[in-house]
Amino acid sequence: AEAAELRERLRCVKHIVLVLSGKGGVGKSTFSALLAHGLAADETKQVALLDIDICGPSIPKMMGLEGEQVHQSGSGWSPVYVEENLGVMSVGFLLSSPDDAVIWRGPKKNGLIKQFLRDVDWGEIDYLIVDTPPGTSDEHLSIVQYLSASRIDGAVIITTPQEVSLQDVRKEINFCHKVKLPIIGVVENMSGFICPKCKNESQIFPPTTGGAEKMCQNLNVSLLGKVPLDPQIGKSCDKGQSFLSEAPESPATSSYRNIIQRIQEYCDLHHFQEEKIM
Amino acid sequence: ERSNLAGVRHVLLVLSGKGGVGKSTVSTELALSLRQSGKKVGILDVDLCGPSIPRMFKVQDNDVHQCDSGWVPVFVDQEKSISLMSIGFLLEKPDDAVVWRGPKKNALIKQFVADVAWGELDFLIVDTPPGTSDEHISTVEALRPYKPLGAILVTTPQAVSVGDVRRELTFCKKTGLRVLGIVENMSGFVCPHCSECTNIFSKGGGEELAKHAGVPFLGSVPLDPQLSQSLEEGRDFIQEFPKSSAFPALAHIAQQILDCASQRSS
Repeated sequence: AEAAELRERLRCVKHIVLVLSGKGGVGKSTFSALLAHGLAADETKQVALLDIDICGPSIPKMMGLEGEQVHQSGSGWSPVYVEENLGVMSVGFLLSSPDDAVIWRGPKKNGLIKQFLRDVDWGEIDYLIVDTPPGTSDEHLSIVQYLSASRIDGAVIITTPQEVSLQDVRKEINFCHKVKLPIIGVVENMSGFICPKCKNESQIFPPTTGGAEKMCQNLNVSLLGKVPLDPQIGKSCDKGQSFLSEAPESPATSSYRNIIQRIQEYCDLHHFQEEKIM
Repeated sequence: ERSNLAGVRHVLLVLSGKGGVGKSTVSTELALSLRQSGKKVGILDVDLCGPSIPRMFKVQDNDVHQCDSGWVPVFVDQEKSISLMSIGFLLEKPDDAVVWRGPKKNALIKQFVADVAWGELDFLIVDTPPGTSDEHISTVEALRPYKPLGAILVTTPQAVSVGDVRRELTFCKKTGLRVLGIVENMSGFVCPHCSECTNIFSKGGGEELAKHAGVPFLGSVPLDPQLSQSLEEGRDFIQEFPKSSAFPALAHIAQQILDCASQRSS
């Protein structure tokens, strides 16, 4: 019943993409932010970025929206707009101080996620990107449940090359299978570092068990791409700027752009197939 | 009936608000350093969704056995100087996701705190998942009667991480958990080929946060591919790579914890 109510509310959303990992700190929010910027570069598209990491909401800072507050109107909560065609919602906007901690157990977190889906006046959107916290718990179960009547195009799963990450990401892939969430593909982030001085490559997070490539082969999921480490990425995130605009020549930028394009193509194909069925 | 934690001299938690900053790494290296100093150490891994600790000691295929007083922790060595408990040992298939909501997680955490037969330990390190939610609330509540020494907070230098760790500091304040200090991990990378230092994840944020919050700064640990490799292979970095770039900072953190513990004992 909840899902049906939410489907009504989200009927003007063409594509929903979840950004997941099993592991923390691999670059989910970074990727979600850049995916949002990348898709919104087409001014004819309306993009929404929903941050459901209730304990560690990184999106406001990364989008340059720290300190913004949410406004209520007759039609619900207003997302905070970065551009005319790019709106954002996060628990971060509901906190009055950067020291405020959200120390909630599961049920309360679920309640807020439902509100985000039900009470935010998103309007008509082409892409809804949902950034998630690490793990396979309340937030993940809830978002999948609440969106079960709507169409989720699929999940993009982020990892880093080393086994310590992959062992958690395999669990996330299994979670997706369990809840019948299609997997668009995997992104291997922090994939090597090229020293700016001597140009030699170091594997700071070594792919001792074959990295994402081997894992994707074994589990029969697509590898969407590999993104190298670039100190400018963290800097841009901290400044709330789009890394893609700040460092257009970086190899990391071309990697990200290729990945974003593949996601777009997947969504378009998905839409086309759905229309054919209908 | 004697509590399973009665023989544990000092309990400390390793927290962050942020994921992927090195909590399990710091927990592991701290345990190895303390062992090097002749201490008996246990690690309780309460990250139920992403248990990293077993692999870091190369015991991921071990099983857990029961005894009269509860679960027997997994020993990583013959001398039984480091023992571990993690959900990782209880999973039939390592790739199976533990997809539990809060209440079920809370129940297991209570069991982990009460039912592991640790025996005599100098230190019990509790490694946690990122966030400020069920696991953290339950763990702190369950450990309260044992008066933890305090918490080490781990961050990486950049603002996005520090932002989450500020919230974790609030959590500590609200729950009455003493902050032993902040560790700034992944703080700079020295190229092994040319020795150029690049601040891949920025620099100084952890130190600044410690100053701002009035808590001790335990040190900056640089990115060290030998450390990452050791963790991947379940090796003893402290024993095997004393000349590696991360060693001095990690050894210094352990020394400060030892000092803290002796101060409290006296």
